[in-house]
Amino acid sequence: MIGASSIRKEGRAKVLGTAIYTDDKFMPGALHGLTVRSEVPRGILRAIHFGEGIPWEEFTLVTAADIPGTNLVASVVDDQPFLIGIGEEITHSQQAVLLLAHPDRFLAEKARRAVRLEIEELPAVLDIQSSLDLHTVIYGTDNLLKEIHIAKGDPDPVWAQAAHVIEGEYRTGAQEQMYIEPNAMLSVVEPKDGLLQVTVWGSLQCPYYVHGALKQLFGLPEKQVRVVAMEMGGAFGGKEDYPSVNGGHAALLAWKSGRPVRLIYDREEDLACTTKRHPSRTRLRTAFDAEGNLLALAADFILDGGAYATLSPVVLSRGAVHAASVYRCPHVRIHARAVATNTPPPGAFRGFGAPQSLFAMERHMDRCARQLGLDAVELRRKNFLHMGDTMATGQVIREDLDLAGIMDRALAAIGYRDKRAAFALTNPEEGPIKRGVGFSVFMHGCGFTGNGESHVASVAGVQGLADGTVAVLAASTEMGQGKNTVFAQIVAEALQLPVELVDTAPVDTDHVPNSGPTVASRSTMMVGRILEDAAIGFKQALVQQGFLVEPYTPESFQAAVAKAVATLGTLKCYGQYHRPPNIKWDDVTYQGDAYPTYSWACYAAEVAVDLDTCEVKVADFVAVQEVGRVVNPTLAAGQIEGGVAQGIGWGLWEEVTMQRGRMINNQMTNYIIPTSVDLPRIQVVFLENAHAGGPGGAKGIGELPMDGPAPAVVNALENALGALRLDEVPMTPDRLLERCEEVSHG
Amino acid sequence: MAECIDLNLTVNGADHRVSVHPFARLLDVLREDLRLTGTKEGCGEGECGACTVLLNGQVVNSCLVPAVQVQGAEVVTVEGLAEGESLSSLQAAFLTHNGAQCGFCTPGMLLSATDLINRCPNPSDDQIRDGLAGNLCRCTGYAKILDAVHTAAADTRTAR
Amino acid sequence: MRGYLPDFDVRVPSSLGEALELMAHAPGAYTPLAGGTDLMVVYNAGRLKPTRFLDLSRLAELRGIEEDATSLRFGALTTFTDLRECRSVHQHFPNLVKSARATGALAIQNRGTLAGNIANASPAADTPPSLLAYGAELELVSPRGLRRVAYDQFHQGYKRMDLAADELLAWIIVPKPSGRGFHYFRKVGTRQAQAISKTCLAAYARLEEGCVADLRIGLGSVAPTPVRARNAEAALLGQPLAALPIEAAREALLADMSPIDDIRATAHYRSVVTRNLLGQMLRELASL
Repeated sequence: MIGASSIRKEGRAKVLGTAIYTDDKFMPGALHGLTVRSEVPRGILRAIHFGEGIPWEEFTLVTAADIPGTNLVASVVDDQPFLIGIGEEITHSQQAVLLLAHPDRFLAEKARRAVRLEIEELPAVLDIQSSLDLHTVIYGTDNLLKEIHIAKGDPDPVWAQAAHVIEGEYRTGAQEQMYIEPNAMLSVVEPKDGLLQVTVWGSLQCPYYVHGALKQLFGLPEKQVRVVAMEMGGAFGGKEDYPSVNGGHAALLAWKSGRPVRLIYDREEDLACTTKRHPSRTRLRTAFDAEGNLLALAADFILDGGAYATLSPVVLSRGAVHAASVYRCPHVRIHARAVATNTPPPGAFRGFGAPQSLFAMERHMDRCARQLGLDAVELRRKNFLHMGDTMATGQVIREDLDLAGIMDRALAAIGYRDKRAAFALTNPEEGPIKRGVGFSVFMHGCGFTGNGESHVASVAGVQGLADGTVAVLAASTEMGQGKNTVFAQIVAEALQLPVELVDTAPVDTDHVPNSGPTVASRSTMMVGRILEDAAIGFKQALVQQGFLVEPYTPESFQAAVAKAVATLGTLKCYGQYHRPPNIKWDDVTYQGDAYPTYSWACYAAEVAVDLDTCEVKVADFVAVQEVGRVVNPTLAAGQIEGGVAQGIGWGLWEEVTMQRGRMINNQMTNYIIPTSVDLPRIQVVFLENAHAGGPGGAKGIGELPMDGPAPAVVNALENALGALRLDEVPMTPDRLLERCEEVSHG
Repeated sequence: MAECIDLNLTVNGADHRVSVHPFARLLDVLREDLRLTGTKEGCGEGECGACTVLLNGQVVNSCLVPAVQVQGAEVVTVEGLAEGESLSSLQAAFLTHNGAQCGFCTPGMLLSATDLINRCPNPSDDQIRDGLAGNLCRCTGYAKILDAVHTAAADTRTAR
Repeated sequence: MRGYLPDFDVRVPSSLGEALELMAHAPGAYTPLAGGTDLMVVYNAGRLKPTRFLDLSRLAELRGIEEDATSLRFGALTTFTDLRECRSVHQHFPNLVKSARATGALAIQNRGTLAGNIANASPAADTPPSLLAYGAELELVSPRGLRRVAYDQFHQGYKRMDLAADELLAWIIVPKPSGRGFHYFRKVGTRQAQAISKTCLAAYARLEEGCVADLRIGLGSVAPTPVRARNAEAALLGQPLAALPIEAAREALLADMSPIDDIRATAHYRSVVTRNLLGQMLRELASL
């Protein structure tokens, strides 16, 4: 039932080691596929040279020229090719040029190394500033992948009149999802009843994205493409849009060879070529009156979108909408741009633009407090949004919002006041260890931005099985977040059944409807809501058709379903998303209800810095959030704990080092994610405030925990070390040393 | 090209004999020759620990062990932890506490934790962290894994 | 997995004598393979140049830790776990215990060996600074006999060692410190576990009448090889604990290091932090 910590549905298989991830699937006679990629960030592909000593005639080879349908990956913007052809422009390092496959995996790798790509190099644009400078235009006429303006009131007259105008520039680096299971695909393409059938099994968040991409790649109708989601070893957005690429590649090899194909990336390749979090640069300008009331905010928010637009427009959108964070401000101007560079296109990573803009605003608020001579807590308190206030897009807060209560709860839990007082006494003493506490207050919009849900028009359903149990029919995928369990709980609650009688149908596009992608913190709230409706409809149909009499027991329900299935054959009931009437959004003016609702949070961190080495230890962490209603407390806490770990990693250690437009620290030994020794116990507190739009009142929580940790930790660093230039993440020891020296060397 | 060797090894109590290249990785012998796919490859560098197995009673990264060094050895993989249909107390604790989210690190994590509890029957949080430092998890933040190990260690102490 | 398996070959000698014969017969043809925790990583990445290996793991002669009145003698195949579990190592060489704990994680420590850690010749290895601090000596064996080399003479340049093509590193002898001693070890990585060293400082000082009577400082990750910090040592030798010339020693340390920028850290970070480690060490020494 909703609110219970039901055991993870697929948990037993996971602890037994019997869960089947993509590479575990036995496919006899399969070829091993590999991808040959450019090491040059920009240039014209002149030729592909096949080296000596390889029996090339035994190989299946696929180039752009082979593609039967459209050589463009279906996405938000269809601008990325699957493969680059001779005479075409290579636009980023690691771009795929040739696919090869062979039964011998060792020979396949040897062959990959024997291919030499002849590329006539062109000047490349490798960072945000170079892209803006426009000395070299690599995309469209102005290197712009997307531009968004959000305007509320008019900040311009305010600057001159305000008591204080404070500016700041903040940067965030790329971040790698580092799911422990690298990207993996299997494919079989063979005729079925005289028609070509493309099937892909893979580690993927969005079966219908891959389905759409394959249809377009092969020019095939819906029924001739099938996508099956395997057990997934983590995703975090890194398997949201990229699977359309490697799924397409696997299918091309299977199609050309007529054999099953395994396309399993190793870690080095996955790190170098798959999607990452967008790097960002945010310039903020804020006006305050003498009491510290926020009068105006101007944000210049820029994302490095890599070589193709792909998901950047939507990441930019979410980042832009979150730029003003949780503050009431009458005059707001947000200018958001995603610019092109010759780097592998970034994609989705938990948070999806919001961590970037929220880092800037939450760092900025602490810096403003310092400059205004105000307490960081009180500066925020007086500027928080309340019910009835409007956000930057004009969205009116219609819920009973108590940000001050959330903040006070978090600060009390970490002992904020006492620790600040204690550290103020101990830090000036001799000794290399300096301590600090800091916090961030933030929100995360649940579900798609704006009209996204209407565009997707998700469908989900329930099915009665022969044994009288119920199966959830949805394209949502389990990546560890607990979708299988939460959906079962929602349907069980709606049907008043024990959760043991509800499970999930295999996520196979042949059998489940398009409930939309598993992204955007939407699954519980949006798809769960549809499932609630479908379950009630299912029950009503059973009653109307005379199989079920109310009130019923679980046993009689099960018997009724079994009887109905035996009688009717198939028993399914679907629901579909319908936009609530009071939600309005204008895509052109960027005005209206950007999200159906938000989850709200305050995170607080205590840090200890060793000035001898600039190593930072997170000694304590508190995460307080209001998420509507918690469907499964244990699973929900797990989401927060895992998200906080990723957020701390992004704040302190996770750096993508680029050279010549490619990641050079592409090994786990050189891209540092937290081990068990690096993290404290995290105190997790859930507050509830039921949201009518979600099942049982639930909002979304998947991405929320990614937004708060980095600014909380860096704010804590400022408390520990004083007013250093702490405007960037990751604040690695090397970077922190530089910032300390800026101050001490004058 | 080296000649294949006849590799004799005991896995989860069962004797096996497979013909493999002497430099084949133990990870591949388990997954491909013996079709025990519970042990996973996450990095191939000995960093993530997803490939952890017990080799002659010690945790090792099976992606770094050449077959030639496993001759006559005893190996325990995740498939060997349950007692028939009954989960080990550690596996059961992982279920109760949500110690497995995506589950990909779980097999290696279970092996390392099993070894830890054997060596250290009453571990503190820090001792558990230390014992699991070689098993990376990206989903859980480790908190519920620590909880699960505490529970399993207590159950094991009670049972002894 | 990018290694081309068919290229690789491994011989399995069942005795040290047999191993040496094979090596003498074809000097340089075989690369010794012990725990594999360095070599197999490179193999998996498809970058392992040697393809013919000599598996030493059966050689009982190279296992074990022997103790006599004046020293501990470690067989080449002593693992990091063996170091951590040996009471005598805890008693006499606490830095070596810390080195072993700092290497990778348990799964690496169970397999990786002391000889491998030395002979792989990475400047970032974690046991060499401690071995330098304790004045270790190496015994190299070949059909021609046994040759002893002071460890601080063994590394001659980046990945170049005083090791002939027919020689195997067989034993590592570490003299037990006597008298009143001070041990210091600190490794700095990017995170708290499983981190490659950005800098590492290990030291052993013998104290007499309130002064530094003897001092060896070993450094990792700040030069092409593990190095003795002889300039810093010279600045401190004979000095009283009550008035250690900390600034002079930190300054002298500059001449002992030649750090580089690499994927893990900058030269500047290494230089500053190593001097800070020395400062921390000297503060601890002074407070004795």
